[in-house]
This record gives sequence, structure tokens and C-alpha cells, in this order.
Amino acid sequence: MTIVEDNRHLRGALLPILHALQEEFGYIDEEAIPLLATALNLSRADVHGVVSFYHEFRREKPGRHTIKVCRAEACQSMGANALVDHIKSRLQVDFHGTTADGAFTLEPVFCLGNCALSPAVMIDENLHGRVSPDRFDELAAETRTNPHAHNQIPRALSHSHKGHAQ
Amino acid sequence: MSGHLITVFVPRDSAALSVGADAVAAAIRAEATRRDLPLRIVRNGSRGMLYLEPLVEVETPEGRVAYGPVTAADVAGLFDAGFLTGGEHALGHGLTEEIPYFKKQERLTFARCGIIDPLSVEDYRAHGGFRGLENALAMSQAEIVKAVTDSGLRGRGGAGFPTGIKWNTVMQAPADEKFVCCNADEGDSGTFADRMIIEGDPFCLIEGMTIAAIAVGATSGYVYMRSEYPHATATLRHAIKLAYDEGWLGDNIHGTDRTFHLDVRVGAGAYICGEETAMLESLEGKRGMVRAKPPLPALEGLFGKPTVVNNVLSLCSVPIILDKGGEYYRDFGVGRSRGTLPFQLAGNIKNGGIVEKAFGITLHELLYEYGGGTITGRPIRAVQVGGPLGAYLPPSQFDLPKDYEAFAAQEAMVGHGGIVVFDDSVDMAQQARFAMEFCVAESCGKCTPCRIGSTRGMETLDKIIAGKNVDANLTLLADLCDVMVDGSLCAMGGMTPYPVRSAVKHFPEDFRKKQHAVRVTHIAAE
Repeated sequence: MTIVEDNRHLRGALLPILHALQEEFGYIDEEAIPLLATALNLSRADVHGVVSFYHEFRREKPGRHTIKVCRAEACQSMGANALVDHIKSRLQVDFHGTTADGAFTLEPVFCLGNCALSPAVMIDENLHGRVSPDRFDELAAETRTNPHAHNQIPRALSHSHKGHAQ
Repeated sequence: MSGHLITVFVPRDSAALSVGADAVAAAIRAEATRRDLPLRIVRNGSRGMLYLEPLVEVETPEGRVAYGPVTAADVAGLFDAGFLTGGEHALGHGLTEEIPYFKKQERLTFARCGIIDPLSVEDYRAHGGFRGLENALAMSQAEIVKAVTDSGLRGRGGAGFPTGIKWNTVMQAPADEKFVCCNADEGDSGTFADRMIIEGDPFCLIEGMTIAAIAVGATSGYVYMRSEYPHATATLRHAIKLAYDEGWLGDNIHGTDRTFHLDVRVGAGAYICGEETAMLESLEGKRGMVRAKPPLPALEGLFGKPTVVNNVLSLCSVPIILDKGGEYYRDFGVGRSRGTLPFQLAGNIKNGGIVEKAFGITLHELLYEYGGGTITGRPIRAVQVGGPLGAYLPPSQFDLPKDYEAFAAQEAMVGHGGIVVFDDSVDMAQQARFAMEFCVAESCGKCTPCRIGSTRGMETLDKIIAGKNVDANLTLLADLCDVMVDGSLCAMGGMTPYPVRSAVKHFPEDFRKKQHAVRVTHIAAE
């Protein structure tokens, strides 16, 4: 487990390690929990408690793309609830579900920080504003055909994205 | 202008990206190549006029000229209109700094945001960057703390605690190690100022944190970012790397004996981690459970050590205070609310964005003079001020001056300066229910009034909305709200009742819709 070795020197290492595992594998496998407990000198209950506390950590493999749709007040004021209904019916999934073809996992989120251009949706790490139902359909179709069509984090920054060991 | 490359600015702020800024930048580059016109594209932060994004600017001898909102399809037309020399076009707004929305603001914290290349140390320095830190490096710890105290700066995260007093406590605490932690867990709906400044002027935060560290004697610090802000996280991490490379972070900062190491940690989608003690638990790698206070984090914070915990905007206000002096900053504002606050106009608003103004401006000015009313063109019925734990206010309250005390007197809060606008199609009983539902989802579960109270509150509101025993249930709801306010450990349970109570108080008719409908049906049946 090089991810554990690379990060265990950090103070408060559990969250950075969980993020790194999820980035690598897409979710936190049940089998990782006792390994992390041993490596970090924690109880399995401690590790389980952290994994289950945070909404972001998944226990099951997600679809190829994650769609986060904002449910918070600013987006509500611009029709987010109707957009959520549209997305659920279009993708035939409920929140936390994955489409039958494995393309998308749908997650609710409270605020993406795009509150002046509501409603907002994030597909993988790419943010979209003023998302009407039609615009959502376009974005979903584009993501299926070209997963990198909307990459917003420049390549030059993506290595910094992982952080630097200090 | 021969031999001088024309500079075009296309923002890299994620709000601008969310409406196609990358495609616009690519189209400008392609069109310039096609026409054999050499130009330089700078990816700046946002000017904060989000309703105009993507806002393209062109450098001219008279100043920067603005065009927006621009789509990739508009680009060829802009070239035809001679936008590279500031030519007229339907999307043109003239000089950016003469646009009334921008011109009337008082930009202190956001002075550089949208102007510079966020990842150029050279650009940052050319616009006054690191001058505050240079001054601080030549000052004693007590002198730095005094400058911040004199400025009257209060925490911009919502609670409004005087920053200088907090720093003084940490400075005086004896310890072998101290920390500076920046709370960048900007989870309140309607707020995006932290994200914008981190993406648009990240060195400002790094400078503010380094000054704080020198002032209190801390050698390590963390920025706690939201996982919902991947772009801001990438930008900040890159900026920190550049600051290390240039000797503004690390051991012996610029040849002095001061040391400060800074790292970024990312949360994992828990709203409660915006509460400072929950954030500290999360930084320690634990569940984000709220701690009882005392002990104050200033004395026993991260890993049990004295810790400064400040919001992004508080820390970003520090460089200018150390550059121009505490008095300069204090001269803005009213009463005990000094300086400026970047207000954020959000939701159903025509001209959404950042409006940095001195305290004392009214909601009415913000909503109509800057915001231009709703985007749907319908009347504003309610605004929620200060995030999901803030009160809903009706138009009759729009003349309240925005300062901490005037708002507190109305059981409202200035908070982080976020203002979410709703038109007359809003159902306030549903909004009250959502406040409880949000607390159910986000409570850390440590104290009973918050964990159980929110669930009972949601159930009671469901009954009220369904028209069942409305009077009795409203009384029960009021009682439950009292218990949550008085008995919760932190603001999560303690303030969730604010939006609920204010909705009931100002919009009582929305809680009796079904009751009336039920009564009418009964009468008809008789």
C-alpha cells in the first residue's frame, strides 16, 4: 500500500489517505479499513467512524462519472428541485444511485459555490452554472462521448492538486 | 503599439468556467491565429460581476475594456468589431472600472482579484503584494497584533469575533508549538467569496496566514478546503508551491529567522466542519464532531496546541492592514463594524456577484441598486441572509443597515455576507422545512437538541404543511425552536431555528395554506 506509506508521516493522516484511496480506486473498500487501522495505530472502529461520517467517502464502486447536483437554497430559488426531478427521471436513478450502464453516479450536494449562476451541477471536477434541464441533457451526452470535453483544471495544476508532502 | 503584445483577460474563476470561459479563451486564441494577430491571454480571477461572466477584458492605453457575457460564438464578431483596440460591440461595457456596479464598490480585500494573474508572484508584487508581510517581518509580535486590533477587524466567517483579541490570546499562550488554521470550508449556500479570492488572489491568503503566524509565534499552518472546491484547491496548492520556491514560505522567510510551513487539507463533504472545533477534529483526521468550549481553540486547538482559526476573508484582510495601517482600514464602516465586507448577491437575482462595501449599506441598496431585482422579473418576496442558518427577511426589513449589531437585534446575522434572493413563487413553509432537513443531514450528532430536535422539527413542519392541528403544531414548533436555540452545543442546532422562526413570523400565511384548504373542503361538504 504505497498510498499509506506516502502519507502516514502526515499529522492527521487518515483523511488525506482516504482521499488518496478514493481517488485511486473510486471508493473505500471494506478490506482497507483493518489495514488502515493497523498502519495508523487506530482501532477499526475509529477508521470506520471516520469513513462513515463524511458524505464524500463512498463504500461502493461508483459509475465512470459522478454528477453532483446542488440542493441548497440559492439553487432552490432558481429551480433546483425541478432540475433534480428531471435528472432523476432522465438517468433513471435516485440519489446515490448509479445508472444501469455504469456511466453516472448521482449525488446531492449542498452548495458548489456558484450561487450567482444557479442552478449548479458538478460533473467529476467540472462546474456548470445556469443548468437548465436541456443544458443538463447536453452536458450528460457530451460527457458520455468525450469524458474530457469539459476539463477545467489545467494540466499544469493537476499535479499540484494532489498536494505536496511536507 | 508595434512590438507590444495586446493583452486579453479571460477569467479562470470556476464561476466563469461554469458558463464556458475555457471555450471562449480557446476561440479567441484560434481566431487570433487565423487572423495572424499576436496577442497574450491572461487567465485572471473574476472581477466579481458574475452576471457578466465570461467577462473578457482587453488592455488599452485608456484602461481595461470589458465585454460580456461572451460565448465562443461571439468571438469572431468581437474581432470584426475591433475589440482588441476597445471597439464598440453589443456586448461592450466600456472601461471595466467605470461600470457602475464595480465603480461604486470599496475594494480592499478584493483589490487585486480579477486584475492580476493569480499564479504570478511578480504580478502580485507589482500590485502591492507582500508589502504587509515585509512590514510584519520588521515588527515585533505585539506590534503586529496591535495593528490588527486597531483596525477593528472582526471574524468574517459569521461570528464576528474581534481578530486582534483572538491573536493576542494565542500570542500570549506559552507553548512549544502553535498553529494557524484557515477555515475555507465555505459551506453556506449563497456564499462564494472565499472560493473567488482563493482562485483569484491566492497569495493574499498565504500572506495573511504568514503574518498571523509571525504575530502569534506559530510555525505551521493548514488551510482546510472544501472537497466541493477542486479548482480552488488546485490553485491554492500551486500558489503555495510558488511561494515556497520564492522564499515567502518555509524556513527563514526572506532571510529572517521566521519560519512558517503551510499545507492544504481537504474536507469530505460535511457542513459541520465549518464549525471551528469540528474543523480541528477533521484536521486531526477524525470525525468532524464539535468540541465543547472552553477550552478555546486559541489555548487548546489543533493537536491540543494554541491555534488561530480564522476565516479566509479575515486572513485576506490582514495584508492591507499591515501595508496601510490599522487606522486606514478602520476608517471604513459604522459603529463597531469596521472595514468592508464582500457581500455576495446570489440566487434569483439579476446582477449576481460580489459587492465589497463598507458596513452600513442597506439590503435595499444591495438588492436593487446593485442586484437589479430578480432575474425572473417577479417581485422579491424573501431574502435569506448569512447562509442556511440565517433568518429569512421580508421586504419590510430591507432598510436595515448591514452591520453586526443591527442584524443581531433582528435575530438575523450578517454572517459571511451571503444574500440569497427568492421571488414570490417561494413557499416559505417548505423553506422552513428545508432548514430542519438540512440540520438532520448535517448535524454531527453530539448534542441531543440538534440531532433529535431537527428530526422532530421536520416531522412537525410536515404536519403543519399537511394542515394537521396547525395551531397546536406551531406552538410545539416554537417550543422546540427555543430548546434548540438554548440547548445546542454550537451554531448548527443553535441557529437552525432562525430561518424557521423568521419564516413563521414574517410569512405566517404560508403555514396555513392547507389548513384553509381543508376548512373550505369541510364547509363545501356540509
